[in-house]
Amino acid sequence: MAIIYSIFKKELKSYIQSPLAYAVVSVIMALAGYFFCVSLFTSRIAEMTSLFMNLAVILIFAVPILTMKLVAGEEQDGTIEFLLTSPITIPQLVLGKYLASLALFIAITILTFIFPGILLSISTPDKGVIITSYLGFLLLLAAYIAIGIMCSSFTSSQIVASISGFGILLLFWIVGWMSGNISGALGQFAKALSISEHYGDFLRGVIDTTHIIYFLSITIVSLLIAMLGVAKRAWS
Amino acid sequence: MIQLANVTKNYGSKAALKGISLTVKRGEVLGLLGPNGAGKSTTMRLIAGYMPPTSGTIKVAEYDVVKQPIAAKRVIGYLPENPPLYKDMTVKDFISYSAELKGLKGKKKSLRVDKVMEEVGVGVVKNRLISHISRGYRQRVGLAQALVGQPEVLILDEPTVGLDPQQIIEIRQLIKNLAGKSTIILSSHILPEVSSLCHRVAIINKGRLIAEDTPENLSEALKGKREIILKIKGPEKDILSALQNVSGVQSVSANPIDTDISEFRVIFEKGRDVREDLFFAMASRGFAILEMIPSKMSLEEIFLELTTEEDSIPVSFKEGDKNGNYI
Repeated sequence: MAIIYSIFKKELKSYIQSPLAYAVVSVIMALAGYFFCVSLFTSRIAEMTSLFMNLAVILIFAVPILTMKLVAGEEQDGTIEFLLTSPITIPQLVLGKYLASLALFIAITILTFIFPGILLSISTPDKGVIITSYLGFLLLLAAYIAIGIMCSSFTSSQIVASISGFGILLLFWIVGWMSGNISGALGQFAKALSISEHYGDFLRGVIDTTHIIYFLSITIVSLLIAMLGVAKRAWS
Repeated sequence: MIQLANVTKNYGSKAALKGISLTVKRGEVLGLLGPNGAGKSTTMRLIAGYMPPTSGTIKVAEYDVVKQPIAAKRVIGYLPENPPLYKDMTVKDFISYSAELKGLKGKKKSLRVDKVMEEVGVGVVKNRLISHISRGYRQRVGLAQALVGQPEVLILDEPTVGLDPQQIIEIRQLIKNLAGKSTIILSSHILPEVSSLCHRVAIINKGRLIAEDTPENLSEALKGKREIILKIKGPEKDILSALQNVSGVQSVSANPIDTDISEFRVIFEKGRDVREDLFFAMASRGFAILEMIPSKMSLEEIFLELTTEEDSIPVSFKEGDKNGNYI
């Protein structure tokens, strides 16, 4: 635990000191503000569904940019040699880095509390839906970041890590769209795989264990593959 | 303390190490010598547990580095060829982070970090970002990272490369102070450095261990070269008999290369220098020596590639590092 915490602290500090993190956070917050205002002024309904949908799409771009350096950056700088010859295990390394990235995005999530705050001050939104939406959003973040670190662990190029992460996330997001056009098992499968399908229910105020298990499975499987990726580069 | 048994390592289809067996006793300082690409760094990386060997076993302090990696890594301090440094961290933060990864905590950790910073002499730059310090300081920070866990085994891959002469002396002194307390493997291509620091030297070439002995014994073996190749102008038979009459010469063979020029291979007794005698013997008979080359024996050949005279250090120092930073 102490090792994971040390890695977590180091990575979080490195985020806080990097201009990239501030740029990404600023862009996310600016876009979120824009989507919030547009939805509020056009629909005049005190709800956040469209904001959460749009945030999920913004994060498809934002998450890989902040996770790309986690393992690929170590390879690029040669510091992976330092880490892999330190008396730490690969799960400790991956988890420490994963949690640091998760903490950064949780901080961004806390920044978005301003939007429900505004709604509460001017109206009476459905608090339950907002809470389930945030739960869904956190689960989504957990899965996104795990996919991001997985992509980072298979390449020494941060650009490749970022683009492949973006591709995989986008694919998971849009795979549900084809379920409308395809009937039968394949359509059902596409729907079951789709992030947007599972995420959508949270935004409607539904907490279904299927969805929770879905996001946790993606997170855990991606983290395991990430660990394999780090192990593979050490053992090849 | 360190045991390598028949270790091989392939990178894809390319064999980097072709079966190395080596033992280093507790408290001993072993120097690894070899030309670039000989397998020195690969050997050190395998011992440090960065990657597993393709076959063979490596034991560090009774721990198998493949089967008990964490226990083995805990007793090892490793300085890779390019010191791995986080450029966005300060010197102190990085050394402190290394200490944490090695399991040090709290007050013990901060005391150890301060001590090691003082030992390697990076105290003056401790609050500066690693990206802002010079190559020499970076090398020392790398060394501090290796030392911070008070390792029983130190693996130093070219610890003095890129340093100026003053810094080299300081780092060597530091290594000398550690000798006896820690078991040390260091690689170098500077022969005097190895002979002054190491109890034993292992020479690696093309993935094989070709010699392993004390520096004194190795130098002795080098001095024992006993063959000279001559190109002499004149009648071959006369020269041949004249050469054979020079005292100390054991045997001569001839090989004509032109109408009146031949190449002669002279083997002489150990411990004698017959070059002057050969010269006067030929001169008195009016045969002109065109070339005289002491034959290189294989060990010396390798050594020549390895040996960089101490004098040449300031030259590489002037070149600065790859970013053009001067020390």
